[in-house]
This record gives sequence, C-alpha cells and structure tokens, in this order.
Amino acid sequence: MVANLVEEETSNGGTHPLKFALWLIIISIIMMFAAFTSAYIVRRAEGNWLEYDLPSILIVNTVVIILSSVTMQMAYNAANKNNLSLLKVMLLLTLGLGTAFLIGQWNAWADLVNNNIYFGGQGSNPSGSFLYVLTGVHGFHLITGLIFIILVLTASFKYKVHSKKMLRIQLCTLYWHFLGGLWIYLYIFLRVNH
Amino acid sequence: MSTTDISISKDVHHAHEEHDHHHDQNFFEKYIFSQDHKVIAKQFLFAGIFWGFVGGFLSILFRLQLGWPEATFTFLEPILGKWVENGKLDPEFYLALVTMHGTIMVFFVLTAGLSGTFSNFLIPLQIGARDMASGFMNMLSFWIFFLSSIVMFASLFIETGPAGGGWTVYPPLSALPQAISGSGTGMTMWLISMALFIVSQLLGGVNYITTVINLRTKGMSMTKLPLTIWAFFLTAILGLLSFPVLFSAALLLIFDRSFGTSFYLSDIFIAGEALSNTGGSPILFQHLFWFLGHPEVYIVILPTFGIVSEVITTNSRKPIFGYRAMIGSMLGISLLSFVVWAHHMFVTGMNPFLGSVFMFLTLIIAVPSAVKVFNWIATLWRGNIRFTTSMMFAIAFVSLFISGGLTGIILGNSALDIQLHDTYFVIAHFHLVMGAAAFFGMFTGIYHWFPKMFGRMMDEKMGYVHFWLTFLSAYLVFMPMHYIGIAGFPRRYYSWTGFEAFNTFTDMNTFISLAAIMGFTAQFVFLFNFIYSIFKGRRATANPWHSNTLEWTTPVNPGHGNWPGEIPAVYRWPYDYSKPGAAEDYIPQTVPYSQTQSSNLPYEKDLE
Repeated sequence: MVANLVEEETSNGGTHPLKFALWLIIISIIMMFAAFTSAYIVRRAEGNWLEYDLPSILIVNTVVIILSSVTMQMAYNAANKNNLSLLKVMLLLTLGLGTAFLIGQWNAWADLVNNNIYFGGQGSNPSGSFLYVLTGVHGFHLITGLIFIILVLTASFKYKVHSKKMLRIQLCTLYWHFLGGLWIYLYIFLRVNH
Repeated sequence: MSTTDISISKDVHHAHEEHDHHHDQNFFEKYIFSQDHKVIAKQFLFAGIFWGFVGGFLSILFRLQLGWPEATFTFLEPILGKWVENGKLDPEFYLALVTMHGTIMVFFVLTAGLSGTFSNFLIPLQIGARDMASGFMNMLSFWIFFLSSIVMFASLFIETGPAGGGWTVYPPLSALPQAISGSGTGMTMWLISMALFIVSQLLGGVNYITTVINLRTKGMSMTKLPLTIWAFFLTAILGLLSFPVLFSAALLLIFDRSFGTSFYLSDIFIAGEALSNTGGSPILFQHLFWFLGHPEVYIVILPTFGIVSEVITTNSRKPIFGYRAMIGSMLGISLLSFVVWAHHMFVTGMNPFLGSVFMFLTLIIAVPSAVKVFNWIATLWRGNIRFTTSMMFAIAFVSLFISGGLTGIILGNSALDIQLHDTYFVIAHFHLVMGAAAFFGMFTGIYHWFPKMFGRMMDEKMGYVHFWLTFLSAYLVFMPMHYIGIAGFPRRYYSWTGFEAFNTFTDMNTFISLAAIMGFTAQFVFLFNFIYSIFKGRRATANPWHSNTLEWTTPVNPGHGNWPGEIPAVYRWPYDYSKPGAAEDYIPQTVPYSQTQSSNLPYEKDLE
C-alpha cells in the first residue's frame, strides 16, 4: 500500500524515490571502496610492502565486464522499444557474462595462490591481502547485481518489463553499470599502484 | 492492503486507498512487522530506552568500583556471578563494562534510539508525507537493528565476557584473542553486531534522505522545512558517508582476527611467542575508525540540534532567531565533521604539521557551534517562555552544550591535548557535550512529541522531578571530572589507589559515583512516567503545544497514512509565532497568507 501511495504522489515528474535510494546506496558502496583504496595507499606508503605481478587474466575480466555493460544497455533499449525477445536474450547474455567475470576473478585468485600470494597466514603481506579484499568485496556486490538481473529476467518472462514498466530494468541497468565502472576504477587503481 | 509491493513498480493499480482500511491488518502486521513509520519509530524508541537502562546500569557498576575501590561487592555476586570474586570486580570485566557502556550508549541509544525514533516519526509527519519512501526497507532497518541488538546483548552473557578493548576497539588489543579475554568471542560478536548495525543504519539513512528529497508536500520547499527535518536530513547524510568506512575498517579487522591477514598487525610478541603477522599498521585502523568516529559524534548531536530548536522556538512563542543561519551552521558542522578526525590521534606520533592542520580545522567548528548557541539564546530572549518539561530539557541542553563545548576548544589544541589525552578531562568533555546533551535532547523530544506518539500527555510534575534530578546529577558527575582530569587521572584504569598521586581523589570519586547513582535512579521516575502515561496519561488534544508544524494537523492518533483526507499544503515557514497583528500567537504552516491579512508583512502581501 505504502509503495502505491508513494508512486501515486510522485508521478508528477522528478526522480523516482527508489531510483534516488539506489543512488544513495551506490554512494555508500563508493565510500566503502574509497576507504579500502585510501587505506591501500596509506599502507603502501609506509613500506614493508610486497610487490608482485597482477594476474594477467584481470584484463580479460575487465573486457568481459565492459561487454556485459553493453549487453545490459541493449537489454534496456530493447525493453524501451518493446522488443521483448531481444530483451530476454540480452538479459541472459548479461547474466552469462557476469558469471564469466566471476569465474575469471576466481581464476585470478588461483593465479595469485600459485604465485605464493596468499590472503592470510604465514608469509602473507597486506599488499596481497588488499587485492583479495578489493576483488572479493567487489565480487560480493556483483553477486547481488546478478541476483537483481535474475529478478528482472523472471519479471520479463511474465511480461512485466516493457516500455510502460521501465523502473525495474532502469534500476538494474544503473546498478550494473555502476558495478562495471567500479571494477574499471579498481583495475586502473591496481595498475597504477603496482 | 497489507501486501506491499516495495520492489520496483506496482503491478496492480490501487487508486486512492489511503483511507482507514487497516482494520484487516492482523496483530503482527500492525505492531510487530509493521511498515508504518510511526510504529517503527516507537519500536526504535522502546529499544533505545531498554538499551539506555542497560548502558546506564553498566556505568553504575564501574562507578561502584571507582567510587569505593577498597570495598567488597559481595552483593553483586547474584547478578554478576564469576565476574565478582571475593567481592572484587574482575579487572578484565571492568574493561568490558566501559567498552559496552560506550558502545551501547553511542550506537544503540544515541544513534539508533535517537535518529531511529525521531527521524522515523517526524520526517513523514513534518514534511507532509503518508509514510517513508520505502516502508519495507524501513521495517528491515529496525529488524536488522533488532538482530544486531540481540547479538550485542547475548555477548554480555558469554563466559569470556563481552568485548573489552574500549568502544574504539583499537587493534592489536582487539585483534588478538590471546590479549585479554574480552578480545575473544565477545569481540567477534561485537564485530558481527556492528556490521548488522551499520546495514540497519544505511537502510534507515537511505530512506530518510529519499523521503526528505522526494516526498515533501505541496509548498514545502527546503527553506520552509522545520529545523528538525534539516537536522535529521544532514544526520542521515553523515551516516551514509561515514558508516560504510567503519564497515570497511571492521571487515579488515574481522579478516585480521579470523583469517590470518595482517592489515593492522605487525611484529608482535605476545606471551613469549612471536606472531607471524608482518606489514600491518594499527594506526591505519585509527584513521579508518575515526573517519567514522568523528562524524558519528555529530550523528549523535545533530538530531538534538533540530529537536531543541523546534522546542525552544515553540515554547518561547517566538520565531527561531536566524533560521538560515541555523541551517548554514548545521551544514558547516556536517562538512567540517569529515575533516577533523585526526584530532583524536594527536598522540599517535603524527607529523606535528599535520597535527596543526587538524587542530585549525577542529577549532573552526567552534564558529558554527557558537552561532547555534547564540541563536538559541536569542530565541529565548524576551520570549513568552512556557516552562514545560520538554522546554526545561531544551534549555538545559543549551547549558550542557556550552559547558561541554568550551572544553572542546581546549582539547582541540594539540599542545594541550597531548597533556590531557585519555584523562578524565576528555571523559568530562564528551560526556557533557555529546553524552548528556544528546540525552537531554532526546528527553526534550520524548516529552514534546509524546502526545503525538501516544495520544496522551506525560505527567508534568514527575517530569520536573526527573528533570531536576537528571540535570543536577549531570553537572555533579561531570564537573568534578574536569578537575581530576587536569590532575592527570587516566581513563579506563580499574584501580588507581596504588598511585600516590591519585590517592587524594578518593573522596571526589566517591562523590561522583553517588551523583551518578542519583542520576541513574532518576531515570526510573522517567520510566514510570513514560509507561504510566501511555496507558493512563491525560488525553492530548490535537495541538497541545500550539505548534505550527504539520504533525499537529493530523488527528490525535494518526492512522496509517497520517492524514485521513488529503495531505495539507504548506504556505509559510514553520516559525510564525507571536506575529504582530495575528489573531493568535501562532499561525500553522497550513494557513495561507490570504487568511492572515492583518499580520502579513509588506513583502508577504504579494503572496496573498
């Protein structure tokens, strides 16, 4: 009931409250990563910092997640044009690419372990642990993004996503682009600070 | 009706169903898993009061130890069990007591209890909205807080005791379970509880901000908002920006404790054994922690700024002095709160130049704070003051805020702070300025909005008793602490009788403890009054304080949706009290200028 009231009273233009709320959630996630990356810089400047090579698969993952953003946008455009079959295909593609990204990240962790860069325990150094934390926390948020996509996909199979009902996919697209952008930031950050 | 599609869009359109349809709500939907902001606010209030008594009780326990260091407390054995051995309080339990007192008071009472209650209750009512932007998220916020409360409360009863590393949980003490018993399971539970707490605060904060931005009624521009809403709005922004950072810090601490990483640990010998951790920095934690920690003290005090402004102006029957200056100073304080965190860390060996930068920024906060104090006093000046209980607390708030704020200027100077760091001077400072003051602000709010919450009035006589006992004990407890603090008396010390220098303060410590016990006892007067008045209090009228803001235009007991008919539109600012030429000494925000021609000012003639 409440949500209905909300919609009823804000239909007169402006940002939808839920979209606004999503922006705020994004800001809080940004603050979290700002804390991690600034901690990274501060800690690195203090010395006793193990230097190592970033796993080469990360660049592949970066390409994959950019592609997934493209398919997500195409899904959005398809919904806007009521091209419902293309919408489903594109959402499925996005889901697949997102999962591929996660598998790629997992492989990157395997690479790190092979290079004797460990998350914790004997012989671990914060420089390695930070990489695990950054990718891990990003990965966690990516999983929430995948769940969101699954929800939108299910809705699209019930014909609940189309040009007159764009809010759901709009929010999902926004969140997904943010997650992609966040990864690109993290990747550049790691490249620059290595 | 009760099925709420919070998710993303509505699938079925219910046209105009904001009427009294909630009769078919069952007990659980109405009182337990309610999505109504008013019920959620009350849930936060009850939880906050419960936690307030727990936190207060813990402080009485350690005040007993400090006041009577040689006494034996065998009478505490039935309550504390093994924590009292042969009548002596366990020293590690003492540390756990101060840790939990701080955590509970700062986070569970003065953050969740204060913001949770008044932001939830007043934001929709004062901006003219039916409910929060997302009732479901709001409900989730409370229940995650409840879960967090359960974890924290349970940690009080485990064998190794609750967390004992201080409410700031500095590593390495908090990171190494072998350091003290309080760093074992209790610390793990502390971290889990705080992680949940942060999630709850973020859900709440997102809702508050969205609601204020998106759901204001017709005519309610940002410069017509009551100051309470401005205060809650800025508080929520502070929380949104700073709590995620605490989450990051806590996450890294969890990894250090349980997964063998070394973010905060390096080259440690403990119990004759060298730990393998290398490369960590405990100072890093302090930076991350205080990046939250400092805005946190404003998260505690800002809502009370709003509440006190509202109550002072209503009960002085005068417009608030300097409405825009009030908003400006709150904006200034919010902004500055993010760039002063290192003043908690002057003794960490930071670069003295950096120290002076932080000192300079810290001292600037005195300016907006002084603006606020000046404006409150100027509002009181020659007003027709009505000394309701709420007003008494509001005036006392200003007094406490001044007394506590002045010592802030002393502590903000790094040269002086290095001398006074971790002494009772600091304890006195922050307890007056953010502890007692925030509590007084909270009481101000409870006494003032009680009629709107429960449809009944609180008893004024009991209120006065509560007020005077609390007010006296607040000063009797914290004023002497300045004195022993300057003498060098350190905080968090279990026993100090072994030090020749501090032996002379025995009497003063006993005095402080007696005052603290008096203050704690006084809260039971409040508790009785509160519970009694919910059921048996005098019935309230719709607008008992003759106030201008929108919440008083609702029915005495507003139902789901707040206004039975259409939401009223707003035409004027909320502070038209004692306007010359007006028929009454207040003009509610809903009265258009066309109906008040006798009192309109020249520029308002155009708005008629």
